Amino acid sequence: METAPKPGKDVPPKKDKLQTKRKKPRRYWEEETVPTTAGASPGPPRNKKNRELRPQRPKNAHILKKSRISKKPQVPKKPREWKNPESQSGLSGVSVGPDGCSPVTPLILWFFSKTRSRLEVAEAEEEETSIKAARSELLLAEEPGFLEGEDGEDTAKICQADIVEAVDIASAAKHFDLNLRQFGPYRLNYSRTGRHLAFGGRRGHVAALDWVTKKLMCEINVMEAVRDIRFLHSEALLAVAQNRWLHIYDNQGIELHCIRRCDRVTRLEFLPFHFLLATASETGFLTYLDVSVGKIVAALNARAGRLDVMSQNPYNAVIHLGHSNGTVSLWSPAMKEPLAKILCHRGGVRAVAVDSTGTYMATSGLDHQLKIFDLRGTYQPLSTRTLPHGAGHLAFSQRGLLVAGMGDVVNIWAGQGKASPPSLEQPYLTHRLSGPVHGLQFCPFEDVLGVGHTGGITSMLVPGASEPNFDGLESNPYRSRKQRQEWEVKALLEKVPAELICLDPRALAEVDVISLEQGKKEQIERLGYDPQAKAPFQPKPKQKGRSSTASLVKRKRKVMDEEHRDKVRQSLQQQHHKEAKAKPTGARPSALDRFVR
Amino acid sequence: MTANRLAESLLALSQQEELADLPKDYLLSESEDEGDNDGERKHQKLLEAISSLDGKNRRKLAERSEASLKVSEFNVSSEGSGEKLVLADLLEPVKTSSSLATVKKQLSRVKSKKTVELPLNKEEIERIHREVAFNKTAQVLSKWDPVVLKNRQAEQLVFPLEKEEPAIAPIEHVLSGWKARTPLEQEIFNLLHKNKQPVTDPLLTPVEKASLRAMSLEEAKMRRAELQRARALQSYYEAKARREKKIKSKKYHKVVKKGKAKKALKEFEQLRKVNPAAALEELEKIEKARMMERMSLKHQNSGKWAKSKAIMAKYDLEARQAMQEQLSKNKELTQKLQVASESEEEEGGTEDVEELLVPDVVNEVQMNADGPNPWMLRSCTSDTKEAATQEDPEQLPELEAHGVSESEGEERPMAEEEILLREFEERRSLRKRSELSQDAEPAGSQETIDSGSQEVLSELRVLSQKLKENHQSRKQKASSEGTIPQVQREEPAPEEEEPLLLQRPERVQTLEELEELGKEECFQNKELPRPVLEEQQSERTPNNRPDAPKEKKKKEQMIDLQNLLTTQSPSVKSLAVPTIEELEDEEERNHRQMIKEAFAGDDVIRDFLKEKREAVEASKPKDVDLTLPGWGEWGGVGLKPSAKKRRRFLIKAPEGPPRKDKNLPNVIINEKRNIHAAAHQVQVLPYPFTHHWQFERTIQTPIGSTWNTQRAFQKLTTPKVVTKPGHIINPIKAEDVGYRSSSRSDLSVIQRNPKRITTRHKKQLKKCSVD
Repeated sequence: METAPKPGKDVPPKKDKLQTKRKKPRRYWEEETVPTTAGASPGPPRNKKNRELRPQRPKNAHILKKSRISKKPQVPKKPREWKNPESQSGLSGVSVGPDGCSPVTPLILWFFSKTRSRLEVAEAEEEETSIKAARSELLLAEEPGFLEGEDGEDTAKICQADIVEAVDIASAAKHFDLNLRQFGPYRLNYSRTGRHLAFGGRRGHVAALDWVTKKLMCEINVMEAVRDIRFLHSEALLAVAQNRWLHIYDNQGIELHCIRRCDRVTRLEFLPFHFLLATASETGFLTYLDVSVGKIVAALNARAGRLDVMSQNPYNAVIHLGHSNGTVSLWSPAMKEPLAKILCHRGGVRAVAVDSTGTYMATSGLDHQLKIFDLRGTYQPLSTRTLPHGAGHLAFSQRGLLVAGMGDVVNIWAGQGKASPPSLEQPYLTHRLSGPVHGLQFCPFEDVLGVGHTGGITSMLVPGASEPNFDGLESNPYRSRKQRQEWEVKALLEKVPAELICLDPRALAEVDVISLEQGKKEQIERLGYDPQAKAPFQPKPKQKGRSSTASLVKRKRKVMDEEHRDKVRQSLQQQHHKEAKAKPTGARPSALDRFVR
Repeated sequence: MTANRLAESLLALSQQEELADLPKDYLLSESEDEGDNDGERKHQKLLEAISSLDGKNRRKLAERSEASLKVSEFNVSSEGSGEKLVLADLLEPVKTSSSLATVKKQLSRVKSKKTVELPLNKEEIERIHREVAFNKTAQVLSKWDPVVLKNRQAEQLVFPLEKEEPAIAPIEHVLSGWKARTPLEQEIFNLLHKNKQPVTDPLLTPVEKASLRAMSLEEAKMRRAELQRARALQSYYEAKARREKKIKSKKYHKVVKKGKAKKALKEFEQLRKVNPAAALEELEKIEKARMMERMSLKHQNSGKWAKSKAIMAKYDLEARQAMQEQLSKNKELTQKLQVASESEEEEGGTEDVEELLVPDVVNEVQMNADGPNPWMLRSCTSDTKEAATQEDPEQLPELEAHGVSESEGEERPMAEEEILLREFEERRSLRKRSELSQDAEPAGSQETIDSGSQEVLSELRVLSQKLKENHQSRKQKASSEGTIPQVQREEPAPEEEEPLLLQRPERVQTLEELEELGKEECFQNKELPRPVLEEQQSERTPNNRPDAPKEKKKKEQMIDLQNLLTTQSPSVKSLAVPTIEELEDEEERNHRQMIKEAFAGDDVIRDFLKEKREAVEASKPKDVDLTLPGWGEWGGVGLKPSAKKRRRFLIKAPEGPPRKDKNLPNVIINEKRNIHAAAHQVQVLPYPFTHHWQFERTIQTPIGSTWNTQRAFQKLTTPKVVTKPGHIINPIKAEDVGYRSSSRSDLSVIQRNPKRITTRHKKQLKKCSVD
């Protein structure tokens, strides 16, 4: 449909992802008949931060069909069902509207009328665009994978071996273990496209590889303790938090930079739309480094001691820091103080994670509790669960699955739907590893969870973890070098200034009322009068005899009274409204209440 | 007497004029004239004396008794008369004409009127001028209001305004590449072939195509113009004919008739020599005329003329002869002709017999249908149907030509019109041939033909009911009448008609079938997914429901299995708010106790609350205390200003808006403004908006391609004005928006040079003001 390259054709055709067992596994030649590209696709959850005004709105881009974990026809002993609980499209490919029941009827949104005001125009535009967006959802060809126990069977009992056995070879190859016992517990990071994996061992082992093809890009030993590792905007650059300073390597393992202003860094976060690398240090500083220009944008003192718990909110690019006094503080480079502080645990906070829509935050503390907070203004815990050992590491997947690493066990919880918080009642999957967990991350666009532990790296299969459809122009796992370069230029052009990071990105689209009023006041001062003020009523001179002073005064009085009455009427109405709102809906007070003393 | 005198004076005047004309001559022959004059004067005096005897209008005449200085050369003396002679009196005609009287009257009327008012002063005139000019200009300009409004409200304006009409590719061209491949398609196409449905150019039968083509504007216009012209000519022709018919002169008619007959005979002779077949036709026509004659009983004794002759016959030989002549002619005409050599002739004969058998009325109608006089036909059919009166322009000239050739004489003078009509006919046929294939005639003309033929058919239906029979009878009749060209023309029409008639129901059937097919398919499509979906749902729901109760058991098992999540894991109870202290459960309390003990050093909650209190305090606007200690009272160490004074000089800060975290005990939200972000916000309200929320509402929708589909993005970012590069953008003209050009010229003049318009308008104004 569009002119951009379609890498889907270069990609070896693969089978479909996890589906119901009854479905025949699709063959590659069959897949070719399916329209591979669609003009508009809502890509993956878009985690542009400040600009993300409508997280649910799909974007027009290329969709590539992507192979997902697909299941083998039958597991003989225990027939289980992998089912998609929220399949949105009908069988025959009939489009299903946003309401889920009927296709969007073509509405005549654009009608012409003389009195159409700008507001109406804006409304019509909005409606039209939203309808178009909803319609383009039809083009999301892929459905997420799922795992469902049969007859109430607990999915948590399904072990990785079962899943691997059930899925196709390509998907099974995505489950692997790297036994790297020598260089201690590993931190790991997937690139934004989900294609590349970088990991760093405590004892200096740093490696980056294309984990799908298992092609090693580089492997070095930095001869220093590695505390954290993170890809920058692309897989070509790698930030490693070493014992003393922050180092930047390229994908050949060549050290490009050593940033001495960021010392003793414990955790790294990269904000892809702002090109900011946020570092939390032992010294208690949160430092923002603009990697596009190599400048430190802000160095904020958290005044809460050693910082070793950090995560980012993908929705608004706010950094969440966990502190030893049980609070989580929210930071933006524009403010010296935290945007908000939330008391989450009675003990110190051990791990923080924010889901991709920026709605939920999961925290775990020294009090062995795992809590999920609502970030939409209330900051109240939605659900709490005490875990035996407490979770040391937390991570959200793209579709809202929550993983917690507790010792050498990994627990995964799933929510009911995509927008719902994970229910902590019962884990979706569990897995035991060969060593205590040290790093966790879900791979974007693949149903894979990467776990770094003392014994190396484990790549687990978690059906339904990530977005099945990706935005080919935004983060394309199959992109070539040229495409990556193109994307890089575009991304740099679209870089969001660091100071725009705030709690509610929508606030940027509002008028700055304070300065507006200030300006008005200044104008009045300058001019000596209010140009917008309504001129006082001046009675017109009437014919002879009628414009006596008394009648003039009378007329003035009349107008004034009228205005006054209007005002009173308005205020009364407002009061009524308020009362109507404030009235408790409960039982009406009885007549006898008046005697209560 | 007076008359005499007048005559005299006239004479004198004429003489004077002569003299005036020839002053030189006069000088030469002075003496002669004097003598003459003398005599004349005496004569005049005498006459006057005689006239004065009358007494009534005695006039005191000048008498010249002695020599005087004032001697007129022309013997005109005003002396003694008491009144002066004015030149005007001389020039005046003797009689006052009536026309002058009216003028005089007018003059007197004007004179009787009062004096004209003084002109207004300059300013007032100018003011009036301005007013009128303004009104006029406003009126001229007001017609642009809707255009301006429309352009203001338009989403997009495209310049230059003239647009080329996009050529719409017909659908058959688009679909021409398509072919039936699958067996189902082939089957369908077989069916279509059977039913003569269009296949390669789908969707359009030839008739439809023709109708589509007929739709084209130019075609329609041309056709309409042609029709109009033909109708006009026809009406002229009719009028002329009527006029000629009204001529009462018998002689004229006789001459005309004779001339016609002669001409016809001559032509017939010629034709026999040149083209025997045509001559035969002609003969047939003559025969037909005879038949007419026979049927109409024209030469019986029943006519007006004949009756009069019959009365006169007794006495007048000539009349008797004339009557006899008529009778003989009648006999001659009513005699049965026995040519009957060819089969055609025979058929004609049988036809004749038939016609004799049928009642007269029917025969008449038939005659009229193809008869020699088209106007007769018209008048006859007009009462039955109007469509026929409007007359297929094809048939009409045809018939006319036919009529001309047959019944000569009359038509000769009409040659011009005929030629014109024939030209029309030829042109049309040419165009048809060039444009259309044999059957694709313009639908309109076809229809008219159809209607015409239908008419005839309906008339013939009296004779025969069935369509085919009808057709045959038509043929028969046509042949009998011998209008071969007409038959040739008309034959295709019914033939076309027939397939059409036959086709229609078939086509409709097939269409309906198709629709039904489509419906069935739809139903199938719809029916398919439903049960499956239902199945899915039904599967899902039972799965979900039984799950719920079992879950806990399983979980326990799993935990045992895992040996990790110990059974003593506490029930899922939320802390809710950290300030809550009381907990009922002993277990819970124990747990809390344990944790408290573990973190005895740091009372997290208290610290947090303290921090929050501080933050709230810090964010509160501070009061301003303006009290000056010691001012107006005693001051010094240990002395405080009185409470009253403090209260008086304390400026209380206005209470700010409530904190966002007022009801959230576990949260501290920073209330400080992010000035860096605020720098990027809009700080001035754009013009048409009065409230910031209105403006916010309009910029709420993101327009970037990141958040929108491609289409929506393009639509949201369409430029307000689009110009074509390299094209001149002319100012809007009245024609562009559908106004007539005359008014536009007004406006354009106004726009171009306002000065000139003012002068022009002034002129108009003057007119107005005078009125």
